[in-house]
Amino acid sequence: MKKEKEFVLPGDVLVKSLDWLPGKNCYRDGEEIVAKKLGLVQIKNRVISVIPFNSIYLPRAGDMVVGKVVDIQSNGWIVDINTAYDAFLPLAGMKQFIDITKTDLSTILDVGDLIYAKIERVSKTSVYLSMKDPLCKKIQTGRLLTINPAKIPRVIGRGGSMVSIIKKASGSKIFIGQNGFIWIEGGKEELVIKAIKLIDREFYKEGLTDRVAKFLEENA
Amino acid sequence: MRVQNEYVLKLIEKGERIDGRALDEYRLVQVEKGVIQNAEGSARVKIGNTEVLAGVKLAVEQPFPDKPEEGLLIVNAEFSPIASPLFETGPPSEEAIELARVVDRGIRESKAIQMEKLCIEPGEKAWAVFIDIHIINHAGNLLDASALAALAALLDARFPGWDGQKVDYTVRGDKLPIQHKPIAVSFTKVGNTFLLDPNLEEESVMEGKLIITSKEDGNICAIQKTGPLVLRLEEIDDLLGKAGKYAEKLRRMV
Amino acid sequence: MLKRADGRKPEELRPITIRAGVIEQANGSALVQMGKTTAVAAVYGPKSMYPRHLRLPDRAVLETIYAMVPFSTKERVRPGPSRRSIELCKVIRQALEPVIFLEEFPKAQIDVYIDILQADAGTRTAAINAASVALADAGVPMRDLVSAVAVGKIDGEYVLDLTSEEEDLTACDLPVAVIPRKEQVTLMQLDGDVSPEDVKKLVRLALKGCQTIYQKQREALKRRWIDEGAK
Repeated sequence: MKKEKEFVLPGDVLVKSLDWLPGKNCYRDGEEIVAKKLGLVQIKNRVISVIPFNSIYLPRAGDMVVGKVVDIQSNGWIVDINTAYDAFLPLAGMKQFIDITKTDLSTILDVGDLIYAKIERVSKTSVYLSMKDPLCKKIQTGRLLTINPAKIPRVIGRGGSMVSIIKKASGSKIFIGQNGFIWIEGGKEELVIKAIKLIDREFYKEGLTDRVAKFLEENA
Repeated sequence: MRVQNEYVLKLIEKGERIDGRALDEYRLVQVEKGVIQNAEGSARVKIGNTEVLAGVKLAVEQPFPDKPEEGLLIVNAEFSPIASPLFETGPPSEEAIELARVVDRGIRESKAIQMEKLCIEPGEKAWAVFIDIHIINHAGNLLDASALAALAALLDARFPGWDGQKVDYTVRGDKLPIQHKPIAVSFTKVGNTFLLDPNLEEESVMEGKLIITSKEDGNICAIQKTGPLVLRLEEIDDLLGKAGKYAEKLRRMV
Repeated sequence: MLKRADGRKPEELRPITIRAGVIEQANGSALVQMGKTTAVAAVYGPKSMYPRHLRLPDRAVLETIYAMVPFSTKERVRPGPSRRSIELCKVIRQALEPVIFLEEFPKAQIDVYIDILQADAGTRTAAINAASVALADAGVPMRDLVSAVAVGKIDGEYVLDLTSEEEDLTACDLPVAVIPRKEQVTLMQLDGDVSPEDVKKLVRLALKGCQTIYQKQREALKRRWIDEGAK
C-alpha cells in the first residue's frame, strides 16, 4: 500500500484490497485501486485518493470563477472558464432586469470582457453561470494571474488562512477563481503576485503558510 | 441503434452471430477477374454484400533513386460515397489511407511482384503498377475484401505494349511477374471474442482489429492493429498461429 | 553475436533521454530522444470541441497530430500532412486511446501535438513515448502510461530499437506500444517477411525494451514534479 503523500503516477497501484474505497483521481481495477493522475497520495478513513499536481478545472456548483466572454447569443453570453466546456451566462443570471427588445447585449458584456462569476448549475456537459452574488462583477481594473487550478486550494489555505495573510500584507483585494485565475485589485499588486508564485512553486511542501508569511514580512 | 448493438454483443458472448455464422466463418466469397476491359488487370470481390473493385493500371515512369533497378508500386483506395451513407466526398479519409497502406505493405513486403522484372532501363524507365481499390458497397470487412481484390487484379493483369517511346494500351501482352500471394485476414474483437469477416453491425460494436497478412509459406508480411483495442500476448500468439490457416482458404479463391 | 554499427548489443536500447514539462504554454509536454530520433509532444485540453458537429455525446475526442519538421531528415520533408503521417496519426491515437478516460469529458476535445525534430527510425514509437508522458504531465486522467519501441531481425538475430541504417537490413520492422504494467499491446504494426514464431518472440523483446523506457518515463515525470520543484 502506498503511503500518505507518496508521489504516484497514472497506473500506480495505491492499494490492493476491497476494504478501501477509491476517492478522487483514482479508479478501481479488480481488487486494486489505481491512480489516474500524477500527484500525492491522500488517505482519509477508508478512502484513498490522489491530490493532483496538474489538472484542468472541473466545475462545481457554488464555485467562483473568472471567465472571458467569447460569444453573445440572443438569451445570454458564452463564457470561457478554462475548462472542457464553455459556460453559459443566461440573462436570468444577471442582477438587473434586461429588456432584450431594447438592449444591445454587447453594451452590458462584450466579447473579450472578463467577469468574476458564480457557477450556478453543472450538468454533465453544460455549465451555467450567475452574476447575482454580491461578489460577482465585471473586471475592469487590476491584475490577472493564472495558475494551475490544482493549486488553488493552497492559495486559499485552510479556512482561507493563506489568502487572508496575503490580503493583510498587501492591502489588495484578491478574488480567487477556482478555475485557476486570480484577480488582484489595488494595494501592493506585485507583492501578491510574488507570493502566489511562491505558492505555485512550492505548493506541495509542508509549512507553506509559514513560509509565505515570512516572505511577506521580508518583502512588505 | 443501442438496442441493436446490445443484441449483437449479447449474441457474440454466447458464440453466436446475428447472421447465424460461426465465429470464424466468412460470408460467401466471390472473386471475378477481368471485369474492366480498359484496365490492365481487374477484379471484383464480393464478401457477402460487401463489394470491392480493384483495377491495375500500368505506366512507364522513372524508378525511385534508391531502387533504380525496380519497378514502382502505388496502391490507392477510394471510399466512394456510393458505397455507404458513412462515406463522404472529398480527400481520402484516414480509414481509406490506412486501408490502402495496409494492402500496399502486404503486396510490397511479401515481394508478391518481382519488382526487378518491371525495370526497362535501370535508373531511367520502369513499369509503375497502380492498384486502385474502389469500394462499391460497404457491408463490413473492407480490408480483407480489398486485399483479395488487389491480389486478384494483379494476377489478372497483363503488360500493355511498349515500343520504347510510348505505351500502347490496346495490346494485352505477358502476365505480370507475380510470385507470391499475400492474403490479409482481419481478426475482429467484439466484446471478449475474436471473430472473422465482421458485418456492419459487428463493426459498429467492435473494439478493433488485428489484421495479419501472410504468404503461402505461412510467413507474415504485414500486421496492423487498428482501433482502440488492447491485446494480451496470449491473444497475439493465438491469432498469429491461426492467420495462415484462414489465409489459405481465401487464397484458393484467387 | 550480431555486431551493430553503433556498438550496441542486439537487445540494447539506444541512449534514451526523457524530459517532462518542456513547453510552458501547453497543459503538459515532453521531449523524448532515442538515439538521434527526437520527438516533442504537447497536450492542449480537455477543451471545448469545435466544430460542434464533431462532438461526441459520450466522450472526448482525442486528436493526435504527428508531424515531421522539414529539417528532420537528410532530405527535406515537405510540410503538411502526407499519407504516411495521416496513417501514423491514426495508429498513434489508437495506441493512446485505451489508457485515457475520454468518457470523463463528453463533447470535449484533447489535442496532442507531436513534432519529430529529428528522425533516425522509430519516430512513431518515440512519438508515443513523448505523448504518454505529456498526457500524464497535463493531468489528463489515465489508466496507465504507454511505452513503445520498434524491434527487428537482422542476420537471424532479434534486435531492439532499430536505427534507419538497420531498417534497411532488418527482415521486419515491428513497432510495438504496450501498457508495461499490464503487458498489453496498444500498437502493433509489421512489415517484412518473418515467421509467426519470430513475431511472438519479437513482441516479447519489445515488451522488455518498453519496461526500461517505462522506468525512464516515470523518472522524467518525478524529476519534473518533485526534484525540480513544480513550476
